[in-house]
Amino acid sequence: MDIRSLVDLEQGTISRELFVNEELFKREMEQIFSRAWLCVGHEDMIQKPDDYIVSRMGGDSVILTRDRQGAIQVLLNTCMHRGMKLCRYDQGNTRAFTCPYHGWSYSTDGRLVEIPGELVGVPGFKDYYREKLDKKAWGLVRCPNVINYRGLIWANWDPQAPSFQEYIGDFSHYLNAALDHRDGREGGSEMIGGIQKWRVPCNWKFVSENFIGDMYHDISHRSVDLVGIGPGGKGRRDASRTRTTVSFDALGHGAIGELPYHQEADYVSAYKLFPEVEAYYRSVFEARVKNLGDRMRVNHSVGTIFPAMSFHGRQPRTVAMVHPIGPTETEIWRIFLVDRDSPQVVKDANRHYYMSYSGPGGLTESDDLENWTYATEASRGPIARRFAYNYQMGLGTGRAVPGLRGATENGEYSEGNARAFYKRWREFMEARSWDELMEASRATMKESVHG
Amino acid sequence: MADIAEAELRNLLLHRSVEAFLFDEADLLDRRRYKEWLDLLTDDIRYWMPLRRNLRHDQMQNEFTREGHDMAWFDEGKPLLAKRVQQIQTGIHWAEEPKSRSSHLVTNVRIVGQTATEAGTEVDVQSKFVLHRSRNDVETDTIMGQRNDRLRSIDGQWRISRREVRIDQATLLAKNLTLFF
Repeated sequence: MDIRSLVDLEQGTISRELFVNEELFKREMEQIFSRAWLCVGHEDMIQKPDDYIVSRMGGDSVILTRDRQGAIQVLLNTCMHRGMKLCRYDQGNTRAFTCPYHGWSYSTDGRLVEIPGELVGVPGFKDYYREKLDKKAWGLVRCPNVINYRGLIWANWDPQAPSFQEYIGDFSHYLNAALDHRDGREGGSEMIGGIQKWRVPCNWKFVSENFIGDMYHDISHRSVDLVGIGPGGKGRRDASRTRTTVSFDALGHGAIGELPYHQEADYVSAYKLFPEVEAYYRSVFEARVKNLGDRMRVNHSVGTIFPAMSFHGRQPRTVAMVHPIGPTETEIWRIFLVDRDSPQVVKDANRHYYMSYSGPGGLTESDDLENWTYATEASRGPIARRFAYNYQMGLGTGRAVPGLRGATENGEYSEGNARAFYKRWREFMEARSWDELMEASRATMKESVHG
Repeated sequence: MADIAEAELRNLLLHRSVEAFLFDEADLLDRRRYKEWLDLLTDDIRYWMPLRRNLRHDQMQNEFTREGHDMAWFDEGKPLLAKRVQQIQTGIHWAEEPKSRSSHLVTNVRIVGQTATEAGTEVDVQSKFVLHRSRNDVETDTIMGQRNDRLRSIDGQWRISRREVRIDQATLLAKNLTLFF
C-alpha cells in the first residue's frame, strides 16, 4: 500500500484505510509501536523494589518492574523457552519470575545477574540439558530505553531511538504542565490508586486525534454541558482562559491550551462548589506566582504525544495510555493525577470529579467512546473505504509560536494538530531512518529561544 | 414449635419483600423509568463500583480498589446519579441515543444482615446480577457480578441506601458504562 497516497496533507484528506485496514495495522506495529516512545506506566505503580505491573507496548505484553537496586526495567512478558506468558498477574512484588509451563525462572536482582531479566533457574539444567544451555543467551528480552519522566515511565524498543527529551522537544512544556505541581514545582503529582482498563471497538488513532486538539467535537458533549458537572457548578469544567491549538509539526505532538506566557493572569476560580478545595487552589496559585517568577510557562486542557499517549492537564488531570489491539480494537488505560502533598479533601474532590468526567462511566468520555466506535464501524464498508476523511479546517493558517521551538499555533478551531499527527504517522510508516525522522526538529531546536 | 415456625415465616416474608423490591427495581431500569428508579434511592445513597485486579493468591486483599481512596468505575451519590438520568433525557447523550435495550437479571438473593437504626430498619442484601445490554444493531455487552446492597425501610417501603457493585471483569469489555447497575 502506498503510504504517501493515504495521507494528503496539501488537500487535507486522509484515507479511511488508516482506521480499518489489517495490513496497515501490522505495519503500524512494526514501524510505529516498535520504534516510538510509549508510555508504559507511572512510578507510583512500582514504588518498592521488586514491585511490578504487567503493561503493554503495542501488541506486546511487558513487565514493568523496579529491581532490587531501584532501577526501572521493562521486560518482554514471554518465556524464552516456549513463549508462555510469564507473568499473568496485573501487579505484585517478586524477585523472580518463574514460568508455570516448564519452570524457567528469571531475575532482575543485580546481585544475582549481570543483565536484568537473566535466566537463573532451569529445571534439569544438569541432568536433562547436561549443562549445555547458554543461560546468559536466553534471558528475557529487555527494553533498551526506559525513562522516568516526572513520574511517567516511558519505553522504546529501538536502540537507535533519540532520547525521550529530544523526542518531545519543546512540547515538554505542555507535558510538564500536566505533571508538575500546581504551585509550579517540578514533578509533584501523584497517581491515585487503580487503573481503569477497558476495551473499545475503535481504531486507536481516534483517541490520539480526540485529545491532540479537536475543539470542533465540543458539540458532541452538549448533553454534559446542559447537565453541568463542572466543579464550579456549570458546564464540564471551570472556565479556562483564551485557548488555541498548538502543534509540533516535526514531531507529531499537540495540545489545546495557551501560548507561552511569563506572568500569571488573575486567578481563575476552580472548584467553587467546594470551599476547602477552592481555598487550596487559590493558595497554590499564589505559591505558583512566587515560584515561577517571570519564567516561561504554558497551560492546557488536553494533549497527545505521538503516537498513543494522551493527557488532560487541568480539569480533569489524567493520562490515557492507549494500547492498539487490532485495527478496530483498542484497550485504554486511564490513570488520574493529583498534587502529591495536597490535603485529602482536595484529592477526594478531584477523584470524584475525574470519575464523573473520564473513563467509560464518565459523562463526557462515554459519548466520545460512542463516536470513536461508530466512526470506526461505518468506515469498514468497501464503498465507504473509497472516501477519505476531511481534515481541511484551517489549512494553511498556522503561525509559528514565539518562545516554543518547532511549535505552530493553529487557532482555537482547526484541524492543524490532527494534520501534524498524520504527517508524523506517514513519516514513521515510510520507515524513515531516525536521522530523517528527527532532521526537521533538530533544525528548529538549534534556533535560540526568544519571546 | 410455633415460635420457630413464626420466625421462619417472618424471615420468608422479609426475603420475599426484599426480592420483590429488587425485581421491581430491575423492571423500572429495563423500562427506562429512571425518575421512578431515582425515587427508590435514599438521598444519602452511596453508589460504588470498584476496579478489580487480577492478583496472585497471597495478594488477594488488594483485589478491589479501596473505597474512599482509590479510583473506581463509579463512586458517587444521588446528585450525580440524578445528573446521569438528566443527561439520558436530553436526547443528545449519544452513548444512550438511540437508547440501549437492557435486561437486569437478579438472582442468588441473600439477606446477610439486619440492623435497626434511627433512620429505620436496614437489611444487607447480597445478590448476583447479569446486566445485558443490546445497543444499536449488533452491539452487545454482558456484565455479571455481585451487588452488596443496603436497603432501608422507610414508611414501610424499601429504599436503597448503599449499592456496591463488584463486577467479574478486571479489564472491562464494554466500551462505556451508561446504564445503572
